[in-house]
Amino acid sequence: MSENTGEVVGENVSENLGEVLIDAHGVSKKFASYHRRATSLKERLVRQEQTESDVFWALKGVDLQVHRGETVGLIGPNGSGKSTLLKVLSGILRPNDGQVKVTGRVSSLLELGAGFDGELTGRENIYLNAALLGVPRSVTDGLFDEIVEFSELGEFIEFPVKHYSSGMYVRLGFSVAVHIDPDILIIDEVLAVGDAAFQKKCLDRIADFQKRGKAILFVSHSAGLIEQLCNRAVLLSHGQVIFDGRPGEAVAQLNHVLGVDRVESEKGEIATVTEMNILDPVSGEAIDEFQCGASVVVQGVIDWNEPLPAGAKLSLHLTSPADKDPVIEIEPLWHFVPAGEISPGQSQFEWVIDALPDMPGDFTLNLGVYTQEILIAHGRIGGVRLQGATRRTIGGALTLEHPQTTLKRA
Amino acid sequence: MKRAMRGNVQTRLRTELISQLVRKDLKVKYQGSSLGFIWSLANPIILLAVYSFVFAFVFPNSMPQFGLFLMSGVLIWNFFTMAVSGAAGSILGNAGLVKKVPFPHSALPLASVGFAGVQVALQYLVLIAAFFVFRMPPFRPHLLLLIPALVVALTLTIGLGFFTAASTVQLRDTQHILEVVLFAWFWLTPIIYSASMVNKQIAKAGFTFPGHGLLSWAYYLNPMAGVVVAFQRALYGVVFYPGTHDLLLPSDSVFFYVKALGIGFVVALFVLVLGVRKFRRLSADFAQDL
Repeated sequence: MSENTGEVVGENVSENLGEVLIDAHGVSKKFASYHRRATSLKERLVRQEQTESDVFWALKGVDLQVHRGETVGLIGPNGSGKSTLLKVLSGILRPNDGQVKVTGRVSSLLELGAGFDGELTGRENIYLNAALLGVPRSVTDGLFDEIVEFSELGEFIEFPVKHYSSGMYVRLGFSVAVHIDPDILIIDEVLAVGDAAFQKKCLDRIADFQKRGKAILFVSHSAGLIEQLCNRAVLLSHGQVIFDGRPGEAVAQLNHVLGVDRVESEKGEIATVTEMNILDPVSGEAIDEFQCGASVVVQGVIDWNEPLPAGAKLSLHLTSPADKDPVIEIEPLWHFVPAGEISPGQSQFEWVIDALPDMPGDFTLNLGVYTQEILIAHGRIGGVRLQGATRRTIGGALTLEHPQTTLKRA
Repeated sequence: MKRAMRGNVQTRLRTELISQLVRKDLKVKYQGSSLGFIWSLANPIILLAVYSFVFAFVFPNSMPQFGLFLMSGVLIWNFFTMAVSGAAGSILGNAGLVKKVPFPHSALPLASVGFAGVQVALQYLVLIAAFFVFRMPPFRPHLLLLIPALVVALTLTIGLGFFTAASTVQLRDTQHILEVVLFAWFWLTPIIYSASMVNKQIAKAGFTFPGHGLLSWAYYLNPMAGVVVAFQRALYGVVFYPGTHDLLLPSDSVFFYVKALGIGFVVALFVLVLGVRKFRRLSADFAQDL
């Protein structure tokens, strides 16, 4: 599936390297993937797991060193192991193989509101969070005012955090994480939530950290942020480091990876999306660069393993890596599959998208096959990078052909 | 030396974390209820009133102030079950935390024990007040028995708490199994009956087989049996049925209780070692298994 050879390309950029704070050698992590019923397929789509066999290696022999004073960006397609690696490095997950040596205090922000209790006020949560991160109460007392000031929560600090907006969560979480004076700051994509002003403040704080010789490791889907902030970037794909070097090159490599290795599908009991391509409507050739406003054709093959259930329908939408809910729905949202006309076997589908939306960014194109609102099969094309210049829905038309005459069962 | 100091700091941090978690649980528990923690105090008063009424009028009983006898043992049992059930669900219930934040997991079951401890300690204060109301102030040297009894109870509770907390992550059924086991365990422990009745039954049967004395001691392999009789001796303190030389509590001798606690302590210590080892072994993979 992957075309990479597992060889690390690129060179180490940083000169005058400081003390090694994170030292990971040959780190591998596997997860058992349970074969579940069709109802949980939906869950799987959300979690973006793969089920090729009983064991799924999220990380395969990852080597990574982060020195004092370095800011390292971690990039890669969804499911490439970025979050798993951060969890292993923060000590939440134990690697199945390899060694991790971390020197100094780690402060990690892995998810919005992690370590917060909704019932407690902001004030109480600051103490709880600090205690979880191993900060003595006396120290937290001294930092308290600064934390509140940085978070800009003001009087809201006395309100239960369950009433906070996601921006407020991030502000409080980030504020605690940076004030407890960690040696290593690990951030997983949470900063995208805050407003521009706060993001600027966070970036200033990160710059300050850099000056003070801390190590920062963070995951972002924003190529701009990676290039602006990091002095090194590591590209992960299928659990392996395939590039470690200059951020600009890493981002270019990422685009390459996204272009060649993007189709994922999962074998369902009733149906499987076996093939999925995005084609140029004129030339009919597969494309990997997408311009806003351009028309494309999504084409593929669905294998019906069982007689077609009543009420089967197809749905196509785009999701963004940061958001699991559809960002863009392609209208009409539901396409009913005519049960009488399709029998078990293969059918081809071709979905014409009139115009890709005016929303530059990275997306994943998802095709879902549903019966009675339950997802029974899905196909996914990752790394759809829209370029060019806000419409939320766009027109589309589906034709579903089933070559009855050439019905062949394997 | 340096290592010992670091160990000290670690322990202090751990204690602070546990106290934060206990505070959080207490706060969340009483959130939105206007009477707050008074409910915890009302609970034993209501229990005492009901037991006293039932065992004075519905099932008359020859034990004086049966309600107080019952409460002496039932509160420490409540602590045990509340703490162990809480600990059993503590990792599962804090999955969000375990999966997203690196911290010493052992704080979670220990916080459940602390949470139960705070509440039951308050309830014992109410019970002691009740002893005064019934003119049976429990001030006697036997109160010192509470110290070893608490040590045994805590050892067992923490050990079983660690064990079940880790098992629940592996096997969700643990909580249901625990419920059944605790129910049976309650009836095996001399809480609503007196251990002296057990001794009498064993003595009766003893005519038919040798070694019944050992069997009497085997009863205290259940650490909670020793703990409960020690609490009854220390707080309730009515050793004989009034006006007779018939034993109400299992023995008049302090050494009996010390020995019962000693047997229980060995078992509790075994459970603690087993529990801590299991917890240590599994805790590195909690984030993955949840």
